[in-house]
Amino acid sequence: VEFTKVAADPSIVNLGQGLPDISPPTYVKEELAKAAANDRLNQYTRGFGHPSLVKALSQVYERVCGRKIDPLTDILVTVGAYGSLFSTIQALIEEGDEVIIIEPFYDCYEPMVRMAGAKPVFIPLRYKKDGNSASSANWVLDPAELANKFNSKTKAIILNTPHNPTGKVFTREELQVIADLCIKHDTLCISDEVYEWLVYKGNKHIKIATLPGMWERTITIGSAGKTYSVTGWKLGWSIGPQNLIKHLQVVHQNTLYTCPTPLQEALAQAFWIDYKRMDDPDCYFYSLSQELESKRDRMAQLLQEAGLKPVIPDGGYFMIVDVSTLNVDLSGVDEEQPYDYKFVRWMITSKKLSAIPLSAFCGPETKREFEKYIRFCFIKKDSTLDAAEVILKNWTKQTA
Amino acid sequence: IKASNSLSVSLQAKMSRPVQARRLEGIDKNIWVDFVKLAATYSKVNLGQGFPDFPPPDFLKEALVRALSGEKDMLHQYTRAFGHPLLVKMLAQFFGKLLGRDLDPMTNVMVTVGAYQALFCCFQAFVEEGDEVIIIEPFFDCYEPMVKMAGGTPVFVPLRPRPSKDGRLMSSADWQLDPAELASKFSKRTKAIVLNSPNNPLGKVFSRGELELIAGLCVKHDVLCISDEVYEWLVYDGKEHIRIASLQGMWDRTVTIGSAGKTFSVTGWKVGWTVGPDRLLQHLCTVHQNSVYHCATIAQEAVGQGFQRELELYGKPESYFVQLPKELQRKRDWLVQSLDAVGMKPIIPEGTYFLVADISEFKSDVPDVPDSSEPYDSIFAKWMVKNKGLAAIPLSAFYCEAHKNNYNHFIRFCFAKEEATLKAANDILQKWKQEKTSP
Repeated sequence: VEFTKVAADPSIVNLGQGLPDISPPTYVKEELAKAAANDRLNQYTRGFGHPSLVKALSQVYERVCGRKIDPLTDILVTVGAYGSLFSTIQALIEEGDEVIIIEPFYDCYEPMVRMAGAKPVFIPLRYKKDGNSASSANWVLDPAELANKFNSKTKAIILNTPHNPTGKVFTREELQVIADLCIKHDTLCISDEVYEWLVYKGNKHIKIATLPGMWERTITIGSAGKTYSVTGWKLGWSIGPQNLIKHLQVVHQNTLYTCPTPLQEALAQAFWIDYKRMDDPDCYFYSLSQELESKRDRMAQLLQEAGLKPVIPDGGYFMIVDVSTLNVDLSGVDEEQPYDYKFVRWMITSKKLSAIPLSAFCGPETKREFEKYIRFCFIKKDSTLDAAEVILKNWTKQTA
Repeated sequence: IKASNSLSVSLQAKMSRPVQARRLEGIDKNIWVDFVKLAATYSKVNLGQGFPDFPPPDFLKEALVRALSGEKDMLHQYTRAFGHPLLVKMLAQFFGKLLGRDLDPMTNVMVTVGAYQALFCCFQAFVEEGDEVIIIEPFFDCYEPMVKMAGGTPVFVPLRPRPSKDGRLMSSADWQLDPAELASKFSKRTKAIVLNSPNNPLGKVFSRGELELIAGLCVKHDVLCISDEVYEWLVYDGKEHIRIASLQGMWDRTVTIGSAGKTFSVTGWKVGWTVGPDRLLQHLCTVHQNSVYHCATIAQEAVGQGFQRELELYGKPESYFVQLPKELQRKRDWLVQSLDAVGMKPIIPEGTYFLVADISEFKSDVPDVPDSSEPYDSIFAKWMVKNKGLAAIPLSAFYCEAHKNNYNHFIRFCFAKEEATLKAANDILQKWKQEKTSP
């Protein structure tokens, strides 16, 4: 909330908040126009999800997961993936529970867990030096450290893959380590997979729910906003076994009851269009990641040329960058604030470029460990990246 | 093999503890899930769930089309979390005018996913274990589970029907609170009272005197007022909708809730709002940013434009807020006549698009089921939709479990329906009556 206010200034090149400024695909906009013209669709629909949408979701995900998914009992449509996280946590987490959160984490996980009365238990991704490449794959969990975080109070672990902010795509082996612990301790897994389609060459998104023993204990969360570049539609979904989803449905019927109808119908139609071409490289699920890969590479190059050290993400549309290489002296400024907060404020004012400080994604203990990193969003149109290029190219000239 | 044995043992061991959180206790049942399913399966004429079957006004559909056309791609992305700038600006202007106050769009207004989510934010923000919340019966059914989910204790006080004089049909105004009874419900644990005026399901429009009674008690006991005013524009017979927040001592302790769905006949857009003092709204914002965060942008843009138009036409005959109640009053009168003609006794609503009818003299077809815990009106409503294809909602659905049998011979009809729908309902009722009276 804090940083969106600052970056609302149009003279600032905003690479902070995860907001695409590229256009959603034309057919997606057209489907909404069609839905809006249909009078029937201006009134309430089914509370747990518009029938045509849950049907479309079940078809797409049956294909991806290789298992039958019942549209009425195994799916809940929510107000964004945010709403799915909230419904899941309110349904299944309470006082006395512990929830494992991997740092850095999408910032809402911690307050949502606390709001449910539970205790967040943090475990950081740690940088593992591996040759010369700085890749998101270098950020890993220590299996022994992870195992130590599980105890009889552990109710769930929150997994986010592809990961915001690092862009890490958890490998099968890494997921297996987590799965083994979930099964051993009879723990739930809340798997935030909103960036599931955004994986770059050489990487594969694997759903932890498809690992043996995991379907019955996993809620998998997805997002229309990230799938179709329509964050303002605020539609998401939770998929899982009936005996878990039914509790999410109870929360939903006691919080907002139903999601907007025309948006759900339009989304359903868009999904049908792409479902039919899931064998085709033109399918938006694949074409978007291709488009973003070149933006990723361009962004990385610009940052490197400016003397910064980006961590190349394997997925998602964020990139974290080590800014300590620039040695910008901010010691005179407010001592209490972590370095990255000060750096971002300085960068916004003096360079007219915005990003998000990484310590915003950390628990209290680790803030200092991550304070030399900031996060850039690269799902931006060419003109925005051009403007960023100008700033970055001039950067070294000014600070030299 | 060893691994799978330990897997099944540990699963069994943990399964004895419920996986769901205790806050879900007692709130899993929902009448709408049942009745919407029944209506979808059996009804030929659906006067059950509250939504219009006529189209939204053209100017609003046009606003949405405008938002979708051209290069306004940023309307497909996140907007301001606490409310889209155009919409909060218009709401602040509009309600500022109605409340006679200067409202700040940034701090006195918050947009929600329907009035439903506004209610949720209020209960989550203000109610916790140890708190009591007064709910006036009959009530929109979500208030009770929402209070419970927040850990609070609902305390119920009924509207009681005064017998009508000289055989005329009752009005929703005849259902009243007993002032002494109401006062007795306030204790030092009372955190809030939920007011719904115009009231769903009865259609009662609380008078100034009744609101002053409630306000006086709120001030005396330092209690918050959650005022659900979603039907604020649907008042008939020249009655006035009075906003409790405008009464002495009430602005500072009231959150007023509104709904685009009811205001503009677009229940499927799920845009609602809260209006109130910053000291209360800041807590709603906290709940909102930790539950939903943003509401859909495009619908907010269109609703904002809708309010722009209504602000310009306020009080004029072309205003939708003048035309809609006029249209609905006609439909109300039509349905009242229809029900009266067959021997159901409608209670004439002063507001909303619902009316409740007494079926005690019509019910002979539908036998009571002795020893059933299900209230009679629910048995009747289910029989009616299955056998006559006419869907309505039993009044007992709007009472707490303990009071469900106090008023078990009333059913609620929604009359926000096309003429054809109301005519078809009339045909069903007429045919049914004939089948009863003929040997």
